Amino acid sequence: MTDLRKSAAIVGAYEHPVRYAPDKSEALIMAESIIGALADAGLEKNDVDAIFSAGGLSGYNLVDYLNMQPKYADFTSVGGASFEFHLSHAVTAIAAGRINCAVIVYASTPRVTGTLVGTGGFARNGATAADSVPGSFEDLYGKTTVGLYAMIARRHMYLYGTTSEQLAEVAVTMRKHAGLNPNALFRDPLTVEDVLASRVISDPLHLNDCCIISDGGGAVVVASPEIARNCKTKPAWVLGMAEAIAHQGAGKRDLINIAAAQTGPPAMGMAGVTHKDLDMAMIYDSFTITVVETLEDLGFCKKGEGGDFVSGGRIGLGGELPLNPDGGGLSSNHPGMRGMFLLIEATRQLRGDFTGTPRQVANCNLVLAHGTGGALGDRHSGGTIILGGD
Amino acid sequence: MVNQGQWNKPLPTVTGETLKFWNAARKGYLLIQHCKSCGYQWYPRGFCSGCWSKDIQYVEAKGTGKVWTYTITYQNRTPGFNEEVPYVLALVELDEGVKLFTNIINCDPKIVTIGMDVKVTFIQATNQIHIPMFEPL
Repeated sequence: MTDLRKSAAIVGAYEHPVRYAPDKSEALIMAESIIGALADAGLEKNDVDAIFSAGGLSGYNLVDYLNMQPKYADFTSVGGASFEFHLSHAVTAIAAGRINCAVIVYASTPRVTGTLVGTGGFARNGATAADSVPGSFEDLYGKTTVGLYAMIARRHMYLYGTTSEQLAEVAVTMRKHAGLNPNALFRDPLTVEDVLASRVISDPLHLNDCCIISDGGGAVVVASPEIARNCKTKPAWVLGMAEAIAHQGAGKRDLINIAAAQTGPPAMGMAGVTHKDLDMAMIYDSFTITVVETLEDLGFCKKGEGGDFVSGGRIGLGGELPLNPDGGGLSSNHPGMRGMFLLIEATRQLRGDFTGTPRQVANCNLVLAHGTGGALGDRHSGGTIILGGD
Repeated sequence: MVNQGQWNKPLPTVTGETLKFWNAARKGYLLIQHCKSCGYQWYPRGFCSGCWSKDIQYVEAKGTGKVWTYTITYQNRTPGFNEEVPYVLALVELDEGVKLFTNIINCDPKIVTIGMDVKVTFIQATNQIHIPMFEPL
């Protein structure tokens, strides 16, 4: 395969500060995010020749609203990992010479609309009849997003002795990080006892094992090396990338192994890095179990040892592998497809945007970001990105 | 718990691809599919998803299996389920080796465990549709 390392870089990043947006459309949050990310890079509308997006408006409505003429458009929509897929596709298109500068954008407002993201079940999207396949063999039984993850948590506990206390460590660490992020939705300290005392949504997952529901959006600008050299910001180079869809495999797949097992090795191999080279990671934290499973299947620890790995401060700022210094989906923001924010925080950490504050990971030069979309219990997407500093 | 004859939850959409499955369910049989090259598959399809051959046969499953994993659902706002919490959503591994989504019914949710032996039972949702669920063996 062609060596695509440093074929493109994230040169602009903007996380919309909004967490509750009664006076903004999703379209406007997207527009404001693009404008913010371009200003960050020191680029203008006319520099952009490609758009990538998922969620919110349909692709053509979005392009109409933005009044742009992209020569390359990609609306791949695979849930929370969509934006890792987009980045990987954008790098490939830039390396092939088809485009020079792309924006990847996302916004959603489930908090304003009262969308039951995790517990709405079948009716969440207003469905009235199950799809003939596979819905007619699944939706009749009351699947919810939380329930699907809960089933994997239950199986993990059964196989490896993972405890609710260990899962709670993830939520507690994310809340601690959120306390350092003035934009985070929930910033008050949280203890393991608090998590265990929160109500059970779908056994064994408690309320505080689940990501929050916020409004929000963000954008990144991806550009060729020639453009990157003339931007206001230090580039965050894409060094490795991989994507996968994990599913039921005709009823025969062992669902305890997730897409990260398919994407971690090729992404790290492409980048030519090992786990100990990484300064931090952005791991999609839809639920506490998601983090445990993802760390295991990316190979940060052996299968079954994720519960131990997330305990004892290892994943906190100052620990061996700091995760999600922004506070993650468990405390900062989760409009439904959080993969966008993984790329934004990774970029900003690599640039040292938080230098002088406790949120900054010291000497941050290599970051892994892993997005997960869908649900671990039935089918999901996984996208791994390795980003390196200039 | 599931109330027979008061089905106000989603109904399956039956097509030519799955008609044989639902006709058998109405008569109390659980069908799965078998390919000579790839073995069993779940859920029903008009082809073998393993080798993409059209040569796939319906066979009657034994109807027994074990709970592979489960969750006791305490919150689901979909009408029909909202009234039934807490209920058990499970993946059952049939003796033939395929896992399927189901509910474990006719027992206290708290007694369900991974590895529990279960057997299929059918709940009548409409005159035409009987839905496979599982109960302790």
